[in-house]
Amino acid sequence: MNPIAHSPHAHAPSSIGKVMLTVMLALTPATLFGFWLYGWPAIHLWAVAIIAAILGEAFVIRLQQRAVRPVIMDGSGILTAWLLALSLPPYAPWWIAVLGSLFAVIVGKQIFGGLGQNVFNPAMAARVMLLISFPLEMTTWGAPLPLTSPNGLNLIEGLRVTFFSQPIDGMASASLLGHVKTEFTRGIGLEQALTGFFTPMDALWGMRAGSLGETAALMLLLGGLVLIARRIITWHAPFAMLLGVAVPALIFSLIDGNHYAGPLVHLLSGGVMLGAFFIITDPVTSPNTAKGQFIFGLGCGLLTWVIRTWGGYPEGVAFAVLLMNAATPLIDQYVKPRIYGRDRKGAALPAKKGA
Amino acid sequence: MTTRREAACCGEGSPLGYAVTTLFDRFFSGMRGGVHPEGRKDLSAARGIRALPLPQKLYVPLQQHIGAPATPVVNVGERVLKGQLIAAAQGNVSAPVHAPTSGIIVALGDHVAPHPSGLPVPTFTLACDGLEEWVPLQACDDPFALEAEDIAARVAAAGIVGLGGATFPSALKLNLSRGVQTLIINGGECEPYLTCDDRIMRERATAIVEGISLIAQAVSAKEVIVGIEDNKPEAIEAMRGAARAASMKVVAMPSMYPMGSEKQIIQVLTGQEIPAGGRPADIGVLVHNVATAFAVHQAIRFGRPLISRIVTVSGGAIKSPCNVEALVGTPVQQLIDFAGGFSQAAARMVLGGPMMGQHITNTAVPVVKGSSGILALTSDEIGQNEASPCIRCSTCVRACPVGLLPLEMAAHIRGSDLSGAVDLGLKDCIACGSCSYVCPAHIPLVHYFNYAKGDLAAQERGKLKQEATKKLADARSERIARIERERAEMMAKRKAAREAKERAAKEAAAKAAAETA
Repeated sequence: MNPIAHSPHAHAPSSIGKVMLTVMLALTPATLFGFWLYGWPAIHLWAVAIIAAILGEAFVIRLQQRAVRPVIMDGSGILTAWLLALSLPPYAPWWIAVLGSLFAVIVGKQIFGGLGQNVFNPAMAARVMLLISFPLEMTTWGAPLPLTSPNGLNLIEGLRVTFFSQPIDGMASASLLGHVKTEFTRGIGLEQALTGFFTPMDALWGMRAGSLGETAALMLLLGGLVLIARRIITWHAPFAMLLGVAVPALIFSLIDGNHYAGPLVHLLSGGVMLGAFFIITDPVTSPNTAKGQFIFGLGCGLLTWVIRTWGGYPEGVAFAVLLMNAATPLIDQYVKPRIYGRDRKGAALPAKKGA
Repeated sequence: MTTRREAACCGEGSPLGYAVTTLFDRFFSGMRGGVHPEGRKDLSAARGIRALPLPQKLYVPLQQHIGAPATPVVNVGERVLKGQLIAAAQGNVSAPVHAPTSGIIVALGDHVAPHPSGLPVPTFTLACDGLEEWVPLQACDDPFALEAEDIAARVAAAGIVGLGGATFPSALKLNLSRGVQTLIINGGECEPYLTCDDRIMRERATAIVEGISLIAQAVSAKEVIVGIEDNKPEAIEAMRGAARAASMKVVAMPSMYPMGSEKQIIQVLTGQEIPAGGRPADIGVLVHNVATAFAVHQAIRFGRPLISRIVTVSGGAIKSPCNVEALVGTPVQQLIDFAGGFSQAAARMVLGGPMMGQHITNTAVPVVKGSSGILALTSDEIGQNEASPCIRCSTCVRACPVGLLPLEMAAHIRGSDLSGAVDLGLKDCIACGSCSYVCPAHIPLVHYFNYAKGDLAAQERGKLKQEATKKLADARSERIARIERERAEMMAKRKAAREAKERAAKEAAAKAAAETA
């Protein structure tokens, strides 16, 4: 180290590891809820994803002849795998999680140059890869089988589901958005399709078929608020994303309620809550400034709604995030803070003698 | 913008009003960004100012200010009296230096500088005789009868420089700011640990207020605002009490670093910003530090030059942190000894505050006019780790009080793209250290910026030198060409003259031949 130290000689007690740990803690309520709701298969899938990410990242770092320990210990790879796991169908087979995790940390992150260098959110890149490559496995949802329910699976049965793709008897179900899309293709209107399928209170708690950790809207909101309170993230991007989804949903549902789902359906389904508070707030792939983050979040929300409403896929969060990731450098280029003593264009403010 | 200022003072007296305005201030402080480093002022805030015992030797550098070093006016071996001029200001931007006590000048030579480099600088060594015999002083019984120019001249003669740390010659600032609208007196002291301004305000408020009035008179300021961070309620109280009769406002500002920075305190108290590349006078503002105001009072009222200052000795490795009044030139080691020495090995010694102070490696360095603090910090207090990769979390962007993008600037500098960093506003950086302080990756951002600023300055100096060389070379070739030309002209002239002479001789000969024929 340099024998002459440069100021400042005081530093805030923070580190990358602590930041990642806080995010993981904020994810814990929603994750535990997912574990309870979907039972042992969900736990296995989550664990497999994280182990695969650690091993995959360690392997690549070893290839680069760098020290493995600090890279693993910063927690960013684990967090990526965690987020990916939360976005997977809970009864998906193990290799989905392994492929996704490896893709996320190796192709999504390390190939770009490691932590801080990637352009696209690794978890979302992996999810999109899986969705395009393995559409069947990625859209097979099972109705919740809570750990505590009488027909819940035990540890061994859970292992069979995850590792031997043992089907769960008669439990095939559809996610809310998938269901709506299917019903539309059958010419059934929204009001009828939603009857008995969408109850706001259940959606709020997350008692429905869906991804491992995306359904528990309230838990995710709680975690997000913790992150805002801990100043890990700011409200701008999440709020803007929720706005970007809710506003067009409201307008269009008012125009034609039988074809366009209302804001509550959109906000409480799919990956919007997880995306708004945990995905688009990924610092690496989002803009630098508060205003930039607001624009970014708004874009993510709008694109999500557009893809859900008019696109081929029932869910659009992952695609929307990747598209806006690509726009991040552009946003950063044009949205910069005004510098003290200068106007927005960078010219010095006028002097006013004796004013 | 007056509303903002009123909002800050309307709550005077009632505790509820105070709480409300403080809350209000937190949201509308006017300053962008900023950080809340751990204050650690409690270590020394309760310790009253004590005079340091007279050291045996003082080491007084010729340069303790921004500008040209002073020129010695006494010889080695000479006896000097306390307060006697020993080195005179040189040029427009400079300040004189006075003997801090009576004694013999035993040397004028190199001594280690109070600077991270620890390089030797020209320094007087004064062997103190312990008599403290003052030079005759030019006191002034009615300072408020003095003309503005006279006040500035006395401030200049007293060798007063900005005691907040910038050490810009104060008289020059007075002369450049005549007729400003607002005089701001900076009692912010936003640097953690430092309590020297806090103590001087608590203990010498009356003198400070008179000093402020004198400064206001010297620049005929129309309003005077004293800004003090609200973490110093006793100082605010003392200053409000002393200022009751004077026409000045004492405003409690939210405690947030870097509130005491000139640009930020102006922004908070007046709502205005100094234009980029400009000075406070451009918007009709002058800022002086409270300790400077005290020094002005001493200089005008009693004729005493600036030969001592209040220094905070603190840090986790100091046994009993305190505030001392030390003579300029006192070796730092003496102050540490006075504070009981080290309680444990210091990981780092710092001159000034922890946010912008300078790391020193030698405790033989002297206290100079700009030394506000001597800190012996433990590694826990420093809290610095190895840098890890930037995750673009933009915490630095939120912390920057200037509105810069520290992460982007650092990335450009890492890539040796200095002009890219300049385009992002490198030259607007005030090096306050807020970005480095908050960076979770512990990237030494300010180090990058200062490195880049230094490199740019060197490049600019190089360019100037190149231009000067080119000018000289051009002048030389022009001179040679001119000499050649002149010689050729001379030759031509001579040749013409010779030919004319020859022709005349020939004609004369022909004429003579014709005549003889």
